[in-house]
Amino acid sequence: MDKLVRNLAIGLGLLIILAPLGLLAVGETFGEWSVEEVQEKLGFVPPGLEQLSSLWSAPLPDYAFPGGGESLTVSAVAYIISGILGVLICGGLLYFVGKRVAHD
Amino acid sequence: MVEYGEFMHIPDGYLGPNTYIVFWIIMIPIWYYAGKKLSTELRSKQVPLLALAAAFSFVIMMFNVPIPGGSTGHAVGGAIIGIVLGPWAAVIAISVALVLQALMFGDGGITAIAANCFNMAVVMPFVAYYSYKFISADSEMTSKRRVIAAGIAGYLSLTLAAALTAFEFGIQPIINQSPDGVPLYMPYSLSWTLPIMLLEHAFGFSILEAAITALIFAYIQRTDASILYEEKSVKKMEKTKEAAPA
Repeated sequence: MDKLVRNLAIGLGLLIILAPLGLLAVGETFGEWSVEEVQEKLGFVPPGLEQLSSLWSAPLPDYAFPGGGESLTVSAVAYIISGILGVLICGGLLYFVGKRVAHD
Repeated sequence: MVEYGEFMHIPDGYLGPNTYIVFWIIMIPIWYYAGKKLSTELRSKQVPLLALAAAFSFVIMMFNVPIPGGSTGHAVGGAIIGIVLGPWAAVIAISVALVLQALMFGDGGITAIAANCFNMAVVMPFVAYYSYKFISADSEMTSKRRVIAAGIAGYLSLTLAAALTAFEFGIQPIINQSPDGVPLYMPYSLSWTLPIMLLEHAFGFSILEAAITALIFAYIQRTDASILYEEKSVKKMEKTKEAAPA
């Protein structure tokens, strides 16, 4: 069990390091265009969409530094940091809460 | 400017309130029940695995891969988590990852958190778990058949979740338009969203999900099959009752 968890955790670490590779895969992403792109495609922006889309500004939007550099290195670093943060917060939260509610 | 967003996370503004509120109403009791079930059934030795599952789900969803046709997207990990931890624990693990992605990274909308959780943290692990169970039937815990079952479960569950997401997107222009017929939220209809989402998943991301599910399942099966989730069957409960007459 411990060995299994350890090895899965190592696999997860590798996944975080490799995740920025996805940044090289630049593609059209259906259903997630920016307001400008919608304007370009349709010639108008649905009013409800425009209103709701600016509802929330995330601290690290799209796993990048806000207003940060466009260079691939900076993006890759931001991506890895985002991955580590995500793992620490998700894993940490469930570990902490889990230990409190779990039975032996 | 390049967008790194992807398919399955519905952003703010694409679902109208009449849709996203419905999903909040559906999800609140599901989260409540899942939380209750987890707190009564969770064993201490499962805790690291639960934490790992949420972390894994977070990372695999930010790992974008290209598919032929010029799109990028990702696996969810919802199938393997549902199979290993059971669908109710998976609801919690994947929801935690999705909420964090929405709040901190703007991946998926705030208003759409419940809809995204329904698609990826409920439909996926439940479809995966029950199709895995159905295909596995009475086979040995260590059999090859279960690896194949896990793969198929991964494939089916993501494809279905994608179809559901496409449906939620695609009904928007029908149920949310201004009096003069202008779409208020997602402007594209079902005849667009459904084929695109289905094709891209059926020939792309669902294959990835299937491979990941089968691979991790095979690894766990070989290392320690005892951690795999088993529903308390009626037989076993009867046995326990006999063993401990109250």
